[in-house]
Amino acid sequence: MTAEVLLQGIVSGLLMGLVYALIAAGLSLIFGLMEIVNFAHGEFLMLAMFSTYWAWALWRLDPIVSLPLTAAALFLLGVATYLGLIRWIIGAPMLAQIFATFGLAIFLRSAAQALWGVDFQLVKDPLIQGRISLGGLFIGMPQLAASVGALLAFVFLNWFISRTETGLALQATAQDRQAASLMGINTQRMFALGWGIGSACVGVAGALLTIFFYVFPDVGSSFALLAYVTVALGGFGNVPGTLVAGVVVGLIEALGGLLIAPALKYVAVFLVYLLVVLWRPQGLFGRF
Amino acid sequence: MPRGTKLAAGLVALVLLLAFPVIFTLPYPRDVMIRIFLYAMLATAWNVLAGYCGQISLGHAVFFGTGAYTSTILVKTLGLTPWAGMLAGAVLAVGLSQVIGYPVFRLRGHYFAIATIAVGEIVQTLMINWDWAGGARGLFIPIDRTGSLLAFQFRDKQIYYYIALALLLLALWITRRIERSRTGYYFRAIREDQDAAASLGIPVARYKQRAMALSAGLTALGGTFYAQYILFIDPESVMPLSLSILICLVAVLGGVGTLWGPLVGAAILVPLGEATRIYLGGTGKAIDLLIYGFLIMVISVIQPGGIMALAQRGRRRTG
Repeated sequence: MTAEVLLQGIVSGLLMGLVYALIAAGLSLIFGLMEIVNFAHGEFLMLAMFSTYWAWALWRLDPIVSLPLTAAALFLLGVATYLGLIRWIIGAPMLAQIFATFGLAIFLRSAAQALWGVDFQLVKDPLIQGRISLGGLFIGMPQLAASVGALLAFVFLNWFISRTETGLALQATAQDRQAASLMGINTQRMFALGWGIGSACVGVAGALLTIFFYVFPDVGSSFALLAYVTVALGGFGNVPGTLVAGVVVGLIEALGGLLIAPALKYVAVFLVYLLVVLWRPQGLFGRF
Repeated sequence: MPRGTKLAAGLVALVLLLAFPVIFTLPYPRDVMIRIFLYAMLATAWNVLAGYCGQISLGHAVFFGTGAYTSTILVKTLGLTPWAGMLAGAVLAVGLSQVIGYPVFRLRGHYFAIATIAVGEIVQTLMINWDWAGGARGLFIPIDRTGSLLAFQFRDKQIYYYIALALLLLALWITRRIERSRTGYYFRAIREDQDAAASLGIPVARYKQRAMALSAGLTALGGTFYAQYILFIDPESVMPLSLSILICLVAVLGGVGTLWGPLVGAAILVPLGEATRIYLGGTGKAIDLLIYGFLIMVISVIQPGGIMALAQRGRRRTG
């Protein structure tokens, strides 16, 4: 293996890792806020991708153009999920919470299958395509755009959480629900907002992915598995930690595929994750 | 209920269950019952670890697959009877569970659940890529029509029915024994508050491993039974995440941490799955799964403790 191939692997892993990080960030935000893991996160991604696809198929809107629409739609989906389902299971045992969102996942996946069938769909001829060459290194434009977009969304998310008043109220709610509500923060509204923002993250990621990835009802499951591992690796509820963890996951996936075998790349990811939690049970940047 | 009535009710139920395949001679009702027993048994095994000891595993398909693959490979390579293979599978699953348990039991709550998913994915991917063990194509169990009990293959579903029932009763009996033993109290103490349990001198790590071993061994028995019943296994049918989740779902629906919960859950979920599949499944539109997912959400919201909690509440009200 030449150094060039290795470098190529590192670059692709890095680009994909940023997208993984954005998917996982939504999950991490919601968990940090209310200690609930959304097991329908992959299905949210799938819906975001379908929404991008249909915007293109029906109105010829390019994924980049329809991105704000998709993000808004997913924001609403997140709020609706909170109001219709999550609000009722806040105090419930962990198993009931897990299964409520598992049920939602099965429901959404079958709904997509019933409505749109199981065929793979692809946005043809997107605005961003082709590749650029940097000294023998090839970078796909869609992948580059997706990772830059993901990074921008991440910066925006971080700014929102740590610099705006609403973001600080979100953080306060995450740290201590009761104290926050004593300070006059409407925690119910914060929870709904957290679900909205967390889902909007996945909406942006889904729109960016659709530029170069095919869409089908089960597309979310493999991304979701990686997202759970990314969140646990970065530390639940730690949004900046998720960024690092996402890049780590992307790199291991790319290098594992190169150095071991493409079929075993996820084994490499999961093994590294297990090794890390053996050493640091709370993840790389988490605290208990 | 007084003890006498309870015993009588139990005996009547047992006689009815034993008589079922004599009355219903068609393969279909027998098949439904066999699957109820199998899933009830798997959920009972899962319940030992998750319900009593509080460690929510979402990777139990690994042990199911271990049972199925061990006995099948032993039949194919050595011609060993699946009964011995069943035992070997259980032993191997227990060993594997201790290796897996060592890292994952350091984790708690969601971290633990996600680590078990990761372990499940690793093992499934390895099996898909392990050509000697059939890889993604899977393995056929060699057909043996001698009718010998040792071959563990029967034309008549009746015998499978009794084997599945026996496995279920074994799992229930073990759970019952644990429930009333010191080990059972330790398990529940760990579930309620691990730190408090440790401070009272309970060796938490050792007892978690013990719960895992029991749970894994029982699950592997179910795996061998499945292999001999279906006569074909592949990673997608005996090791997927969806199977791990189905096992928990059965227990959650019935009621985790209760003896009868898993059986109640299976008795509802299996026929429900059959009914929606028969009436709504043939369209290729996944309407059956749509309803299934919706029901899971509704149950989680209105009855998070499962059906057994509902029954207990009713009993308390009537005095």
